[in-house]
Amino acid sequence: MELTEAIILSVLAASTPLLLAATGELVAERSGVLNLGVEGMMIVGAACAFGGAWLTGSIIIGALCGMFAGVLMSLLFAAMALGLAVNQVATGLALTIFGVGLSGLIGARFVGERITPAPHLHIPYVSDIPLIGHILFGEDGFVYLSLALVVAVWWFLYRMRAGLILRACGDNHVSAHALGYPVLKIRMYAVMFGGACAGLAGAYLPLAYTPFFIPGMTAGRGWIALALTVFASWLPGRLVIGAYLFGAVTILQLHAQGAGIGIPSQFMSSLPYLATVIVLVLLSRARTGGSTAPAALGTVFVPDR
Amino acid sequence: MQLILEKRAERSKTVALASPLIAIGLTIVTMTILFMVLGKNPISALYVYFIVPLADGYSLQEIAVKATPLVMIAIGLSLCYLANAWNIGAEGQFLMGAVAGSWIAVKTQGTGAGHWVLPAMLLLGALAGALYALIPAICKVRFGASEILTSLMLVYVVDLLLDYLVRGPWRDPQGFNFPTTAEFDPVATVPTLIEGGRLHLGSILALVVVAAGAVLLGKTIKGFEIRVVGAAPRAARFGGFNANQLILLTFAISGALSGLAGIIEVAGPVGHLQPGISPGYGFTAIIVAFLGRLNPIGILIAGLFLALTFIGGEQAQITMKIPLDVTKVFQGILLFYVLACDSLILYRFRIVSSSPQVARGAH
Repeated sequence: MELTEAIILSVLAASTPLLLAATGELVAERSGVLNLGVEGMMIVGAACAFGGAWLTGSIIIGALCGMFAGVLMSLLFAAMALGLAVNQVATGLALTIFGVGLSGLIGARFVGERITPAPHLHIPYVSDIPLIGHILFGEDGFVYLSLALVVAVWWFLYRMRAGLILRACGDNHVSAHALGYPVLKIRMYAVMFGGACAGLAGAYLPLAYTPFFIPGMTAGRGWIALALTVFASWLPGRLVIGAYLFGAVTILQLHAQGAGIGIPSQFMSSLPYLATVIVLVLLSRARTGGSTAPAALGTVFVPDR
Repeated sequence: MQLILEKRAERSKTVALASPLIAIGLTIVTMTILFMVLGKNPISALYVYFIVPLADGYSLQEIAVKATPLVMIAIGLSLCYLANAWNIGAEGQFLMGAVAGSWIAVKTQGTGAGHWVLPAMLLLGALAGALYALIPAICKVRFGASEILTSLMLVYVVDLLLDYLVRGPWRDPQGFNFPTTAEFDPVATVPTLIEGGRLHLGSILALVVVAAGAVLLGKTIKGFEIRVVGAAPRAARFGGFNANQLILLTFAISGALSGLAGIIEVAGPVGHLQPGISPGYGFTAIIVAFLGRLNPIGILIAGLFLALTFIGGEQAQITMKIPLDVTKVFQGILLFYVLACDSLILYRFRIVSSSPQVARGAH
């Protein structure tokens, strides 16, 4: 019972950064922008969030610092990919390379420091119900926030006019432009939202997951988040399933290592990465009838005047 | 007043030549600001970064040694990028080549095997790199899975494999429990060019690769097909070029070159297999490929320049206590500027007035 509870709790914790980052990227991709810099925005977000929280002692200020850093990084991407019409793949790679270096530079003075991690919700009696009480009512704020964000994004994309316009930009930017919508501006906002989410996802790692900062602590989570948007066929609801599945793979391999099942730990550690490859192949294969990706994803748009 | 991009009627040749230089200039300006923010004297920092390594023979050799893997990998990557195939897992293919080649070195250790060992290692390294690169290529061609994500995921996998091997079955019994294989035998080592120097045979191989790349792209039909598929996919279809086959081919070449670079690095400058054999060569090579404008000669120059920043970065850490991460920031900024300047080859800026009437009239 207690082990089950511990496993479920750690799966939720491991999934949350993936879900946050993937939700942001999903909005950006729905507007037609492929930002491969998620990993870079996340790691800079992590460094800034830890710095903010360590200096002020406030988790909320830390999280805001992370989001702000993510937005700044995403604006750099937007200036290049939207403003200068540079190839989005190359720009995203540049953002990641730059972000990894920058986070090391920012985070260097915080390595070895500790903070008090984000508190977990505690409702008297309710949170003490065996198993479900702790799981449903005893998480840290980020977990609830990430789920609320998915609902909000779904509502925005499918129930609001602005969401429809954003999706139109992602599916056919020429038509959206012809209808008079400011494609580049809309895409910029979408990219900024993606940056804020990636920054928040990065912030989760040193603020709640482990209470300290290590260089390179995102360890490819930004890339897995990118794969999750493909996994989810660009649908917010399926992101939740995908993120929790990947969180489960990460945690189960850790528990399997702990149980000493005789497989070298490195092979177990490589499972989330291998799972990503396999899932991408299986999904792409199942989708031979036509792609569900936004039709204009990753294409450069320069308005004709 | 508004700044807009306007497509040029044709590619600007002047900007094409000047763009890498403008990018380097802008990067140096940005770095000056960064050094000042870090509280370091920018003049002496730039001096340590770019001039000191050029001043003595030892660091000049070291630049060539660092440029060797960068150039080899970047030549392969440039073929991929020209064909619009996004191999970003060169780091993984580099490590896979290093692991596979090291297998022969470890197995023949102390057996008195002859001079066939090194050539066999290089061949196996290149082959393993090519096969490892073909995984994402096949996933792309056969199933339509994004080669960007799969090639990157495989970097983490082989990194863990290497870690397992040097901590487990291949660990040096006399190595005081350090995660490393024993030093390779002399027959399993890439010979140096000068007695007691650092420059090794691999650098010559890198030059051969540059020449081969130039011939392939400039003088052969395959090279032409690669460029057309990337630049004008529709024209390529009309021309009957097989885009899928070219993805497989460019990934295989790129993987082979990365794998070769990997085993050369291990059997040459490093001398044994251990974790951390690459300071991110596979990723830096992406910058080299773009800075060199996806042109073999350009890549050679760009490779030497980025190698200079590695050496300069190490110097700056030792003499001025500037963190090594500054080098990565530098490389990232450089890639940004290169891409931004490249955009000006195809587009130009124009200032337009954006008064409401004009804007409405334009729509």
